[in-house]
Amino acid sequence: MRTKSVIGRIGWPRLIIGLFFLLLIIVSPIMGLNLTDVFSDVLRRWAMFGILVLAMVPGVQSGIGLNFGISLGIVAGLIGGTTAIEINHRRGGAYSPWTDLGLALLIAIPIAIILGYLYGLLLNRVKGSEMTVSTYVGFSAIALSNIVWLVLPYGSGTLVWPIAGEGMRNTISLEQSFGGIMSNPGVTSGQPFPLNWLAFKVGGVVVPIGTIFVVLFMCLLMWLFLRSKWGVAMSAAGENELFTRSNAINVDHMRILGTVISTVLGAIGIIMYAQVFGFLQLYNAPLMMSFACVAAILIGGASTRRASISNVIIGTLLFQGILTTSLPVIKQLMPQGSTLSEVIRIIISNGIILYALSKSRGGNQVES
Amino acid sequence: MSEQVVLSMKGISKEYYGNKVLKDVDLVVKAGEIHALVGENGAGKSTLMNVLFGMPVIHSTGGYEGDVEISGEKVEIMNPHDAMNYGIGMVHQEFMLIPDFTITENIKVGREIGTPTIFSKILGPALDVLDRKKMRDDARKALSRIGLNIEEYVKVAGLPIGYKQFVEIAREIDKTGIKLLVFDEPTAVLTESEAERLCEIMQLIAGQGIAIIFITHRLDEVMSVADSLTILRDGELVDRINTDEVTVVDIAGRMIGRKMERLVDVKESREVLSDEVALELENFHVDMPGEQVKGMNVSIRKGEIFGFGGLAGQGKLGIINGMMSLFPVEGEVNVFGKKLNFGKLGDALENDIAFVSEDRRGVGLLLGESIEDNIVFSAMQVRNKFTRGPFRLVHKKQVREHALEMIEIFDIRSTGPRQKTGSLSGGNQQKVCLARALTLEPKILIVAEPTRGIDIGAKKLVLEYLIKINAEQGMTIIIISSELVELRSICDRIAIVSEGKVAEILLPDASDVAFGLAMSGLSAEEVEEEAVL
Repeated sequence: MRTKSVIGRIGWPRLIIGLFFLLLIIVSPIMGLNLTDVFSDVLRRWAMFGILVLAMVPGVQSGIGLNFGISLGIVAGLIGGTTAIEINHRRGGAYSPWTDLGLALLIAIPIAIILGYLYGLLLNRVKGSEMTVSTYVGFSAIALSNIVWLVLPYGSGTLVWPIAGEGMRNTISLEQSFGGIMSNPGVTSGQPFPLNWLAFKVGGVVVPIGTIFVVLFMCLLMWLFLRSKWGVAMSAAGENELFTRSNAINVDHMRILGTVISTVLGAIGIIMYAQVFGFLQLYNAPLMMSFACVAAILIGGASTRRASISNVIIGTLLFQGILTTSLPVIKQLMPQGSTLSEVIRIIISNGIILYALSKSRGGNQVES
Repeated sequence: MSEQVVLSMKGISKEYYGNKVLKDVDLVVKAGEIHALVGENGAGKSTLMNVLFGMPVIHSTGGYEGDVEISGEKVEIMNPHDAMNYGIGMVHQEFMLIPDFTITENIKVGREIGTPTIFSKILGPALDVLDRKKMRDDARKALSRIGLNIEEYVKVAGLPIGYKQFVEIAREIDKTGIKLLVFDEPTAVLTESEAERLCEIMQLIAGQGIAIIFITHRLDEVMSVADSLTILRDGELVDRINTDEVTVVDIAGRMIGRKMERLVDVKESREVLSDEVALELENFHVDMPGEQVKGMNVSIRKGEIFGFGGLAGQGKLGIINGMMSLFPVEGEVNVFGKKLNFGKLGDALENDIAFVSEDRRGVGLLLGESIEDNIVFSAMQVRNKFTRGPFRLVHKKQVREHALEMIEIFDIRSTGPRQKTGSLSGGNQQKVCLARALTLEPKILIVAEPTRGIDIGAKKLVLEYLIKINAEQGMTIIIISSELVELRSICDRIAIVSEGKVAEILLPDASDVAFGLAMSGLSAEEVEEEAVL
């Protein structure tokens, strides 16, 4: 009975995936992989995706479901990042990486709020099929942003194509900007105290502690928000519309609130992602990013109606952990080429989404 | 009228999970007779019909006891299809018609007439070509049997409601060998003239030798068309009588009956001292499907326990749901002389009214949240209680203390304040709803169906607590309930709602007859006047 209830609380899918993850970690040194590299990768990718996955929580809690339209927030974040670099360029590179980062956030967040608000208005008109609509919104946002990247009148050498002299590049290096300032020991070691402690190596494992703190801090803020009057009201709106309405809460407003917070977190998330990754990726690079976030939180045990901070932390670890460890292992097993591992990655992430959506009521709920 | 008995149900008993809903009930209907089946909600009318039609709900819960005989032959009806084969038909309250089909197609759907073709000879009768002419003729015949002069090729979609009902009847009539037709509250959705028309049609059908069971709450219709009637009360047979041997007053009295075991011991002499009006409804309309309120006027005094009773679907539930702003509202509501602004969400809550919804699981609770979170929710959102700091974080300690107090007062049986309300029993869920409403410290408490689906013990506790807070805090309490006994045992005055309006405001010790008449939309004076005339 006891074991049964423990499994019930963890949930079968998480248990199986967790065991699979462990197996991969055990197998990787046997396959000749360097375990410290594996751990470094897992930590790094957890830190990269943490906030993007966290962005799913307000969406789910406010009743709009899994926010596939997180791409809107991502686009806002990318606009912030590129614009910060451009401003720095026009000022002759006067700003420090930290000012760049602050500027990027400062520009991205208002854009995300506006986009999130409009997106929220749209979602209120399509109640019942939010997830289908948000998937298309996500794709359309990326398509539209492709035009934006081409026409923005930016002149910084790191942003635009060197030969054409206009239109932004696919991949923009953040080496001169905020790349790695909270995650790459190679960058942080040159910094004064305490900035040099934002990332360090311990026994060969890179610990991007600065980024990890930022992710945990955002999680804490979200946790506090969900325990405030407004957070409680927002969660109620997602759980039972009639109940919420009968308690004098405007359900539509709460859904917009959830959408805006989700979009803003998407913007912050992609800037953090770029900070760790060291590059801003434009055009179609973020096209499928929402799927990775959705898959992660679903593995973490969330349903389309309920999600918690622990779902985010565990889910990101399991999902990104499996991706980072399974790819090298599979590569070793099947040396036929790198495309195969990419195929496996797609199978895993989409398979998880499919599984979780088919059980959209969630594994650990008492509702009858 | 022939004396041949078409249907005879004898000693029918049925229980759902140990709860006896039918006790040894007999029902006899003769050919060509219109037989009315009357009783309050929950008297067992629908269960009896479910037995007759062999509905799955009966057989999946252990079947029934007693015998059913059709034309003197003992039968076992295991499913609705059997019932159809025995010549029993039903005219539904909600129309089971396909809007985009013509009248003919609707009448013949499922029983189409086909002519075989090469394909159907090989692949089965599903590929027969429809014999539209024959189908049309049949439809025509059925329509003329009920005296309906309407083109059979018209689509059902645009027809007035009354005609849809007639098409349903025509469909049942068209079935070959129909012996018995059940009309379930057929006049509820019809206008007065349509209802009259329907009564004529029923007489026409009965004149052709078909027996009719007429389920209705409108006693005047019973008197005008039925030949005989069976009265049920609390799952028991009260009487089978011929209509010409009784009066409306008689029927009303027997329908309600003396059920004077009071649910709770109440105060000997309660006096509502104040003349101050707590809540006043003026020309109040609520557009709630199935429970429409159509121009209600009533004023409720401060400190009063006021009841709204009446049959289901008459609009009593519309009152609370309208005030909770779940459905569009028109008219005026004054709370202690202040007009409520329905344009503003939750204005009623701000004006010290608290609600306990009749739909516990749908409206009353967050099933996925804990008992304590449910209890403090309204007070937190409306009054900013149980929060601290500029960000209004939930004050966990206060919440816990308050929840424990409420759990003790209401004796909420649970594993603790963190248990999710979805896993509580109905009675305990109701107590949580009540605790949530009272945490708002309202001046007026509106409770709908406070004891629906909860056990006797919880029922008593809930009702006693309502009386207690009324006495101690002078809280005005409004109870909306289908259970007349309950209203009569604790209310100071009871308004009986019929067709969206207050039919009568009665004192709890008014006669059963007065209650029965009010429920069927008649007032005692009217009936007396008619009797004099």
